[in-house]
Amino acid sequence: MKKIFYVIISFSVLAAIWQLAVTVSGVNRALFPGPAETVAAFGELLTTGLKGSSSALNLWQHIGFSMYRFIIGYGLAIICGVAGGIALGIFSKAFAFVNPIIQLIRPIAPVAWLPFIVLIFGIGDIPAMVIIFIAGFFPILLSSVSAVNSIDNTYIKVASNFELTKWENVTKVIFPASFPQIMNSLRLALGTSWIFLVSGEMVGSQSGLGFLIMDAKNAVRMDALMAVIITIGVIGFILDYIIRSIERKVSKNYGIR
Amino acid sequence: MDDMFIDFENVTVSYKDRSGNENIVLENVNLSIKKGEFICLLGPSGCGKSTLLNAAAGFEKVSKGIVKIDGKAVEKPSLKYITIFQNYGLFPWRTVIKNVELGLEKMKVPKEEREKTAMKNIELVGLSGSEHKHPAELSGGMKQRVSIARALAANPDVLFMDEPFGALDAITRMKLQDDILRICREENKTILFVTHDIEEAVYLADRIVILDNANRGIKSIVNINMSGDRDRTSDDFLAARDKVFDIFKMKHENRIEYYI
Repeated sequence: MKKIFYVIISFSVLAAIWQLAVTVSGVNRALFPGPAETVAAFGELLTTGLKGSSSALNLWQHIGFSMYRFIIGYGLAIICGVAGGIALGIFSKAFAFVNPIIQLIRPIAPVAWLPFIVLIFGIGDIPAMVIIFIAGFFPILLSSVSAVNSIDNTYIKVASNFELTKWENVTKVIFPASFPQIMNSLRLALGTSWIFLVSGEMVGSQSGLGFLIMDAKNAVRMDALMAVIITIGVIGFILDYIIRSIERKVSKNYGIR
Repeated sequence: MDDMFIDFENVTVSYKDRSGNENIVLENVNLSIKKGEFICLLGPSGCGKSTLLNAAAGFEKVSKGIVKIDGKAVEKPSLKYITIFQNYGLFPWRTVIKNVELGLEKMKVPKEEREKTAMKNIELVGLSGSEHKHPAELSGGMKQRVSIARALAANPDVLFMDEPFGALDAITRMKLQDDILRICREENKTILFVTHDIEEAVYLADRIVILDNANRGIKSIVNINMSGDRDRTSDDFLAARDKVFDIFKMKHENRIEYYI
């Protein structure tokens, strides 16, 4: 309860400072909106959608599209990253070959691939999904490899003592033993993926929150732009809260706390 | 030698270090252990006592010679010989009872029977009531009890114990020593127990095998003939302990076998 109290106070103070800054500085409200203009823009976005937009969707529908792309892209990143990471963690020789390639690709901003992705897949859902996938995949993969490598050697000895087969070893020892560290990487990747969702949608699609940003910019509707930015922030906050509570539950099951 | 159960025959274990030099840890070790015997391997750190245990448990390859258990050469770890580690090796994601069931799962024991056997062994180590806790909720002594229960549930012939009580406080350690003696008698297990604690060795062992660095193997073997319950303050106990102390004081001595 106390936490919610802190959150409310913190956001109220932020809004107050914002309002004060806009009022005192006397900035043109069309260039930098205050809280009141932004709330009004929220109303417009939520009901009719942005006026004069090329898309007839309202904010809820844009959020729906964004979440759909996010869940597919991030979900695939989890599946491929964890499975690939565990496999590469077990077969360390293979990892020695694959690692240089990963290290070469990893520092490239996912958005740099966008022109290729758009040329290959066209405008639509896929570019954003691919960008989110790339953003999430590498951190999850590398963390899973390192999680497997840092498993307490005693567990491996116990597994061989109890004559577990390779597969039983993966399901009963390696996966659960590396899970807390993998879970941690899933949370970090969630943040990055969510950030890159916007970039992916800015270029590659005709709907979603990233598109809405571009749309508001093109229509010179800074109040709507601010409303979308806040929406993105709030959803990111909620997603992080959700995965944090999952992580806490996992830790509790492990007795890590 | 028909009644010998574990046989070390001319066992040599060596490693290549980084510069490629052969580093001999154990050289030509010969030792025979009877079924049901409690053997303590005693020595300073780095003397190869854990290496010898790991060779018998199948975790370590011998460079020369052979280790046989029940007439068969040891090549890899087996459910018939279970090792208990100093840091317990319990799976933190499993509850106590699920940890204890590990070996039974492998042996394809049906669920109900698995639970029954696990509970029996949890009771044997004195942890009834804690079966649904996770290892992180237990003290060090309790964790080691769980790992003993997990080993016993698989009904192994041999228990290898690698400084199992090394991380425990003195009082917990003495309690566990009593328990392992009782369990060992009740269940008639052969036990190979590594320790660097002289009193622990004297209290537990039928025979103490003393290793040291200079010999790269066995320095001497001390038979402890104390029947029944051992008393840490009795004259017998102190005499045996003094004997062992004496052996450690004598440096640069030849191999001698001691019998008291």
